[in-house]
Amino acid sequence: MALAKTKQDATQERLATLTLPDGAAWATAARADAVARLRQAGLPGRRDEYWKYTDPASLVQADVVPAAPYQTDEAPVFGQIDRLRIVFRDGVFDAEESDDLALEGIEIERLSDATQMDIHWAKNLYGVLEKRGQDPVARPLATLNTGFATDGVVIRVTGRPSKPVSLVYLHRKETSDAILHHIIHVEEGAALTLLENGPAAARFSKVLEVEVADRGAFHHIRAQGRDHERRAVTHIFARLGDESLFKSFTLTANGVMTRNEVVLELAGQNGVAHVAGAALGDGAFHHDDTVFITHDAVGGESRQVFKKVLRNGATGVFQGKILVKPGAQKTDGYQISQSLMLDDDSQFLAKPELEIYADDVACSHGSTSGEIDDDAMFYLRSRGVPQGAAQDLLTRAFLAEVIEEIDDPEIAEDIQSRLESWLQRRG
Amino acid sequence: MADLDQVQVKEGVDKDTVDAVTTIGGAYKYGWETEIEMEYAPKGVNPDIVRLISGKNDEPDWMTEWRLSAFERWTGLEEPTWAMVDYPDIDYQDLYYYAKPKSMEVKPTSLDEVDPKLLATYEKLGIPLKEQMILAGVEGAAATPSEGRKVAVDAVFDSVSVGTTFQAELAKAGVIFCSISEAIREHPELVRKYLGTVVPASDNFFATLNSAVFSDGSFVYVPPGVRCPMELSTYFRINAENTGQFERTLIIADKGSYVSYLEGCTAPQRDTNQLHAAVVEIVLMEDAEVKYSTVQNWYPGDENGVGGIYNFVTKRADCRGARSKIMWTQVETGSAVTWKYPSCVLRGEESQGEFYSIAIANNYQQADTGTKMIHLGKNTKSRIVSKGISAGHAQNTYRGQVSMHPRAKGSRNYTQCDSLLIGDKCGAHTVPYIEVRNNSSRVEHEATTSKVDDDQLFYCRQRGVDEEAAVALVVNGFCKEVLQALPMEFAMEAQQLVAISLEGSVG
Repeated sequence: MALAKTKQDATQERLATLTLPDGAAWATAARADAVARLRQAGLPGRRDEYWKYTDPASLVQADVVPAAPYQTDEAPVFGQIDRLRIVFRDGVFDAEESDDLALEGIEIERLSDATQMDIHWAKNLYGVLEKRGQDPVARPLATLNTGFATDGVVIRVTGRPSKPVSLVYLHRKETSDAILHHIIHVEEGAALTLLENGPAAARFSKVLEVEVADRGAFHHIRAQGRDHERRAVTHIFARLGDESLFKSFTLTANGVMTRNEVVLELAGQNGVAHVAGAALGDGAFHHDDTVFITHDAVGGESRQVFKKVLRNGATGVFQGKILVKPGAQKTDGYQISQSLMLDDDSQFLAKPELEIYADDVACSHGSTSGEIDDDAMFYLRSRGVPQGAAQDLLTRAFLAEVIEEIDDPEIAEDIQSRLESWLQRRG
Repeated sequence: MADLDQVQVKEGVDKDTVDAVTTIGGAYKYGWETEIEMEYAPKGVNPDIVRLISGKNDEPDWMTEWRLSAFERWTGLEEPTWAMVDYPDIDYQDLYYYAKPKSMEVKPTSLDEVDPKLLATYEKLGIPLKEQMILAGVEGAAATPSEGRKVAVDAVFDSVSVGTTFQAELAKAGVIFCSISEAIREHPELVRKYLGTVVPASDNFFATLNSAVFSDGSFVYVPPGVRCPMELSTYFRINAENTGQFERTLIIADKGSYVSYLEGCTAPQRDTNQLHAAVVEIVLMEDAEVKYSTVQNWYPGDENGVGGIYNFVTKRADCRGARSKIMWTQVETGSAVTWKYPSCVLRGEESQGEFYSIAIANNYQQADTGTKMIHLGKNTKSRIVSKGISAGHAQNTYRGQVSMHPRAKGSRNYTQCDSLLIGDKCGAHTVPYIEVRNNSSRVEHEATTSKVDDDQLFYCRQRGVDEEAAVALVVNGFCKEVLQALPMEFAMEAQQLVAISLEGSVG
């Protein structure tokens, strides 16, 4: 079907503001392919079914909506964790702020360096998983990212590095428009923990392509911290080999617009994929978790756990899908999305989907929405707990199931304390 | 309506029910055709055809105008493609929009004057158009009328209603039950006041087409405080080839009234597809209650997916009054393609909507069905229980929407949708939309997908139940929650249907 005129125009307008980075032939080819695909699919619009509950306008438009960097005296997230820090300031790698990139069991390069090399393994991943992830639902903002990403990291994990790699995104300029693209290849039997935190820019587009080979493990913990005016669209595209493990956790607090997409493919047998998210929305906050998990092999397990606490007019969106392809028998798929609404102005919009073509599977999903349970509140109040503290306590209890998705106790502790301090800060 | 004379049906599922599967042998029972002379309007749809249909029904000008404006709107609409159903393009100009038996040229004044062939058709379908006690599906009911329950029937054959039973007795209670064409002539004030107010002529592609070309259907008005003295039913039969059936049903339950309404449908076995696009509108005033039950058994196509009915239906109930209650129950076993979402608009405070559904798709059937619960009023409640079963190469989708508007404080929804897959060539899908816009409402949604439990099957097999019967038994258990919500006559038939539709799906 021909693209609607309005979409063509919007796409053209955005493309006109961007310049293709130069690089080796393979990188240039991948970018050209992305631009061609983008012209065909067009950038998303409000009427697209996949954007039913989130208006993509501010992510699509050519101009960035200015966003003042958030000033805070809070200690940085993961500050107490021993980690290898890689810092991006408004979407540009900051060598001075970053640690030395050398670490045993891992090779880290800048995307802009890797794409200059005529022969590089990244060729097999850059834009490749993103392209696979376009079917059956188009994700044009990720395609745009592949075409125009200016920076990022390229990581090959060959062993089990002694500490996590931590990507720190700083937002300093009011009109920064960052496009980062990371590639991670976890080799057979290797393991990596990746941490991400910070708002990155006024508008942030990020694609993370992750290939986890047989028996590899990838842990991802992300904190999208408090920066009220920033906008972000992020995509994770992952493909999992036999008996591999993928675990991703995201904590989001504030931010006027966030769309986090995860597109996962369990290609090898007995793979395990968990995707979890906790979101705290207060005021002008629109948070959208869109997850698409494809089971294409026998014996896979997937788990989606998403919880949102909303108040003062915040909006929480969850679109989750489990697709079980023919032959993916013995699949165990689970999905839960819940919202806790602390006042009457907020809204929760969910579309939890199952699409199943194999008969020997157990798939389930649940979704609930409501306010704090009166009985629980009464119980605490009658025992002398003040209203605010009781609310925080019950909110923490509500979110506990998601925090449990983090395996590393030290990181879980860090996230837990962050969550508590963010809960207590009103506004 | 099924010919169950040979079968003693008991409460719950027992071996007799299962035996019926073997007896019936899985073939579609209603696939025969009545040879009768028909009168057709020319093929295709245009303003002239719309005027012709309107003229055939002696409609007043306002009705003709209403249809024409719907037609004009329809020409600007595109067929929806969002449902998970796949069928070849329908040529809307290559089918008949009006077909009526020649013997109906002069409208019979009583059932005695109706063409015996037509009466025989309904007799054969198990719907005798005689004013006798009918308890479908129970042996000897016709022989002992005094103990049976009365069910009034409006029988629609292709484009026309051939007769409505018990009209006089219903009139004594103040209940109007007639064909919609008769209602447009006899009760224009009611029709004009309510038609298109629940499903507007502009609602969607298929409903808009229906608004332009509907030829007949049923009309019910239950006055304030009246509990309808008997169950009402409509039986739709498509007989003519290449003919679309577009029926329109309008039910108005006035303050404090109650009515239970049953709907059944069948069609002959043909290797071409046929279109059925119906609209059902229900208006409920304060404290009114309506139960609407459907057993949809249109011809589903053969085991290779050849033929069958395309069933595109818009059904909606508007709970306008406080404390009104609508209950939709459907058993969907027929049709090659089903596109159907009986919905509830819960406008009145404390109004309630319920939706119970069993959808069974076998061979190459495709079903995309579910409901919408639109909560507008305070303290409204809704409940959705949906069971989808897929076998063979079939695709079965639950698609539903639960929407809590900001004003609908203190509302509740509970949704459960379960899918069962029999065999590894079929698909089961769930597409719920949940929209909560206030915090005092509670929404709960659960869905599971599983296969027929091996342990349960083993248990049955061990006790000498053959495999197909065992699957039917397990499936019946799976559907029990929905079956229990059906009126008795339908529950019995539905149990049979559940068994029949799964014939041949094992092994």
